[in-house]
Amino acid sequence: MEEEIKREIILENNSHPFNKKTINDSDFITANANNSSCIDNINLYLKINNNILEDIYFDGEACAISTSSTSIILKTLIGKNLDFINTFILNYEKMINGEEYQKDLMSEAIVFNTIYLQQNRKTCALIPIIGLKKALQEYQTRKK
Amino acid sequence: MNYKDDFKMLNHDLIYFDNAATSFKPNSVINKMNGYYNNYCSNIKRGDYDISYEVDKEYEQARDSVKEFINAPTREQIIFTSGTTNGINMVVEGFFKTVLAENDEILLTKSEHASNVLPWFRLANNKNLKISYIPLNEDYEVTLDNLKKAITPLTKVISLAHVTNVIGDVRPIKEIINYAHELGIYVLVDAAQSVPHMKVDVTFLDPDFLVFSGHKMVGPTGVGVLYGNKMLLERMEPQNLGGGMNENFTTHDDVLLKELPYRLEGGTPNIAAVIGLGAAVKYLSKIGMDDINEYESNLKKYLVSKLIQIPHIDILNIKSDSGIIAFNIEGIFSQDVAFYLNKYNICVRAGNHCAKALKEETGVTNTVRISLYFYNTLEEIDNFIELISDKERIMKEML
Repeated sequence: MEEEIKREIILENNSHPFNKKTINDSDFITANANNSSCIDNINLYLKINNNILEDIYFDGEACAISTSSTSIILKTLIGKNLDFINTFILNYEKMINGEEYQKDLMSEAIVFNTIYLQQNRKTCALIPIIGLKKALQEYQTRKK
Repeated sequence: MNYKDDFKMLNHDLIYFDNAATSFKPNSVINKMNGYYNNYCSNIKRGDYDISYEVDKEYEQARDSVKEFINAPTREQIIFTSGTTNGINMVVEGFFKTVLAENDEILLTKSEHASNVLPWFRLANNKNLKISYIPLNEDYEVTLDNLKKAITPLTKVISLAHVTNVIGDVRPIKEIINYAHELGIYVLVDAAQSVPHMKVDVTFLDPDFLVFSGHKMVGPTGVGVLYGNKMLLERMEPQNLGGGMNENFTTHDDVLLKELPYRLEGGTPNIAAVIGLGAAVKYLSKIGMDDINEYESNLKKYLVSKLIQIPHIDILNIKSDSGIIAFNIEGIFSQDVAFYLNKYNICVRAGNHCAKALKEETGVTNTVRISLYFYNTLEEIDNFIELISDKERIMKEML
């Protein structure tokens, strides 16, 4: 994908993020994600039933990379089952860290495939993953 | 003045605007520290051989240099710490823990740095004390009137930054101390952002305690100073018990501590840093603190005069007197602005700058902060202004 198109997709998701809304509903699991080295601070709201991510929202304050990566990942993962989500997370992390990954899983998230070249931006692109992992862990705990 | 010969860091392709976080160090400081490590590396207070005599002399000369720099009445009132945070914690735990009683009130503001908030929170929780905040005015500054209104009969201590690290307002600290003392209220001054930039005379100001860090004033990291009223320092409980601070001991009820300042400097200190701090205050004194202050004030005025001409920029602290400017660009997250400037080797800080309660007053959760020092130049400001003026360019290049 051309750099210019990637840039446009990132900026579009930054200015019009997908499902950015505060949720106050006990059916949703809430997970906060922040990073001590930067000021991004987001909350994820997930509704998971029978291992399916039925609905997902986020709110908070974050830089363009954090906001757009959260928006894109939410779009990619909504309606998917947890097996897919876990595989996605693993491969997305590999991509962000500049390692080998399964390209076909990434869909729109592929716009972040060169972020590993900017060390100080990697943490931004990983913010949604921090929140997702917390929420998934919470889901497993609740199931028990 | 051109300081490139004095600072190796000024010879890199960088514009460094994060001096409130830490400052660069001149060769004289670095060489002084290397001199200790290379030529007379030994512990203090040994004195049995030549190089240990040498290190004692240098260490205590640094104390004298600092005493002179802040015009302290005696050298015993200069306690070396690891930095401002350490100094505040020493005072809170070593003095106020014993002096304050249940329901006593501590006055702070919402623009204090975390290091002047969290130690008080812990003490308040442990001793059931009350914490109140002096309301800030419309420019987020402390006025003497607001302070007077905030004081209650229960107020026992006021703990304030002299200059705050986000708003950069210079508090009327002399008036505050005078007023507090008339009412028998203690004052702790966090001078981390003032001592590096202006003449601070503790004999004139007469605070009960005043603390600052070496690394923000061209000195090394890991060293700071606690200045205190001598009678109060005498009553302070040392937090570090051990070597260097005791005279003699036999059993638990027979421990004789050393006199000030050593009683409060237990353990082997950061000797190289203390000696480096001595060189730092000498360096600053040579330039002159009044000249530094005037130069920074002119730089700041120039920067503000340029920034206010840019329509997409909102300045949070347009009126404050120090070299600190906090601003935002409409519609762009502060961290994205910082990343954009970094592409041009301009170092600024984005965030809440450790003053996390300030957002309740300003409604702004984070900002881009520029903090100037005497080695910054008009040319650097011009470069910065050119980059920040074009919003389209920022949007295009910030990713």
